[in-house]
Amino acid sequence: MNELLSTSIFIGILASAIRLATPYLYASIGEAFAQTSGVVNLGVDGIMLVGGFSGFYVAMISGNLWLGLLAAMLAGLLMGLLMSFISVTLKAEQGISGIGLYMFGLGLSSLLFKTMIGTVKTIDGFAPVRIPLLGNIPVVGEIMFNQSLLVYGAFLLVPVAWWVLEKTTLGLKIKSVGQNPAAADTLGVSVDKIRYFSVCLGSVLAGLAGASLSLSLVNLFQENLTAGQGFIAVALVYFGGWRPLGILGGALLFSTVNALQLWMQVLGVNIESDVMVMLPYLLTIAALAIAVNRTRQPAALNKPFERGEN
Amino acid sequence: MTTKRTFFILLQVALVVMLLTSACAPAAAPTSSEAKKVRVAVVMPSSITDMAFSQSMFSALKAIQAEMGGETAMEIVYSENMFKVPDAAAAIRDYASQGYEIVIAHGSQYGSSVQEIAPDFLKTTFAWGTDVNTFGMPNVYAYTAAAEEGGYVNGVLAALLTKNKLIGVTGPVEVGDAKTYIDGFTQGVAAVDPAIKVSKTWTGSFSDVALMTEAAKTHVAAGADVLTGSSQSVVGSIGAAKEAGNVLWFGTQADQASLAPALVVASQVYDWKGMIKEIIKNRESGKLGGDAYKLQLSNGGLMIAYNPGYSLPADVKAAGDKAIADIKSGAIKVEP
Repeated sequence: MNELLSTSIFIGILASAIRLATPYLYASIGEAFAQTSGVVNLGVDGIMLVGGFSGFYVAMISGNLWLGLLAAMLAGLLMGLLMSFISVTLKAEQGISGIGLYMFGLGLSSLLFKTMIGTVKTIDGFAPVRIPLLGNIPVVGEIMFNQSLLVYGAFLLVPVAWWVLEKTTLGLKIKSVGQNPAAADTLGVSVDKIRYFSVCLGSVLAGLAGASLSLSLVNLFQENLTAGQGFIAVALVYFGGWRPLGILGGALLFSTVNALQLWMQVLGVNIESDVMVMLPYLLTIAALAIAVNRTRQPAALNKPFERGEN
Repeated sequence: MTTKRTFFILLQVALVVMLLTSACAPAAAPTSSEAKKVRVAVVMPSSITDMAFSQSMFSALKAIQAEMGGETAMEIVYSENMFKVPDAAAAIRDYASQGYEIVIAHGSQYGSSVQEIAPDFLKTTFAWGTDVNTFGMPNVYAYTAAAEEGGYVNGVLAALLTKNKLIGVTGPVEVGDAKTYIDGFTQGVAAVDPAIKVSKTWTGSFSDVALMTEAAKTHVAAGADVLTGSSQSVVGSIGAAKEAGNVLWFGTQADQASLAPALVVASQVYDWKGMIKEIIKNRESGKLGGDAYKLQLSNGGLMIAYNPGYSLPADVKAAGDKAIADIKSGAIKVEP
């Protein structure tokens, strides 16, 4: 157990945690935007898969990682438009259409992978980039400032998202549409437009989350690459109380315990591997039970808006 | 309101059209040519491109089909990603009722389904694995792979190649041939040098590539310079080895050299061809099942595929070949 406290292992655990948290941050903050405006999008995992595939494929054939990233965001946008059309324009039941979108995304990404690539291939994705001054700080520099660009992007997203939601008119509109769409409507805010925007923004970020996996963290695409991470991202929105900072906390807690249990296994700590695998989930549930204030749920969440009916 | 109504009407029309076209698809009919076409169906828990368990069975079937003369000699249909047992059971029953002579249920979770369905189709041959139980039925084969044998050989090679005396194992779930492979591997390492440390991690999933990648990175950060592991998610581990640059990889279930040509030393390959050919031949003489097959080094079911792209020192290869020969002759016994 003392080995766990040695510096290099400490650095290893936290560096792993930062990497593991990246896809959750993109997907979860994106979902927070959608849910703050009142739309539950359970299709996040499917969007991550389509985004991850598109990014990987374009990067593979063009040799340009940034083009791949753009493709992933575009793919996310298209899936987001589909989800918005179904939930906002057609006013369908959001939970069910979200699951349908997930299955569509899973099937589409697998089909495209089989027909356009065929077998698992790796690429040279975004490599770790050491930030000039900050990267030289003894312990912290190694953990936080020697990661890939997509990892930095995920963490920068947190203050940006916070600023948009708390300090801009746009953020105010998104929140009002999610709390009381009827009142927002009478004040001239287009509920449908704002919801379209939020869901599409969330989907673009989910596409980025998928690309962070295929273009940076694992550097390949395989069918069902995400293995359900999108659903954990949705859960993190609830855990974080729909606030970017809360989501950061949740993502880091989950990922740090995951990284820790991997290290414990490597070092040969004598606990059953099955228990180790459960640890991140157990601790997150415990934290959820103790800490989270659940009255922050957007009042109009999961309720389609019909002018004149509310 | 009218947009919604039109949309729903169009949707209903589309659904009806789809139903009608699928119902009008030509029914599967036996060929009327001289040679009797062998019709095989296979149900698999993961994708045919998984570079592991499912792909090994599918490529074996495809190879036999090519040997026999192509689609006219042997028809293969498959259902992949049937991880959920009820889905697989429906597929197995469907294939049997459509008249496929050999139905392969390629997954250890399919046992109860095969046991339930086989009595209803006594003219159909069912083969399932990895397991040893044929349920006492005359039309059921069972098959396993002695993964621990190839694991032992890989272990011997790995022990001779590691400079840091630290080897990392990235495992999925501690069951079945994942466990036996790793147990054999550990014995092989110990046979060369008991002082070498073999570190094992289990991610708890066969498909979580992201976590597998992180597990591999953790091993590398702890100092391992040789890695191995099993399941379809090891593509992540191989990627991590590639990123580290000088970490070697040993594969199992399929030849994984294509993923990292400079770093994959050898892979244990499951070769199902011999078993499938025997099953087909047995049907001609009227035998529909009843045997339990075991893929082993001695019967050609398991093979160690050295990667020609990696320059293996001659003395290391000699040690590996000796281990193979000893296991075949029975001089070394590997405990699963």
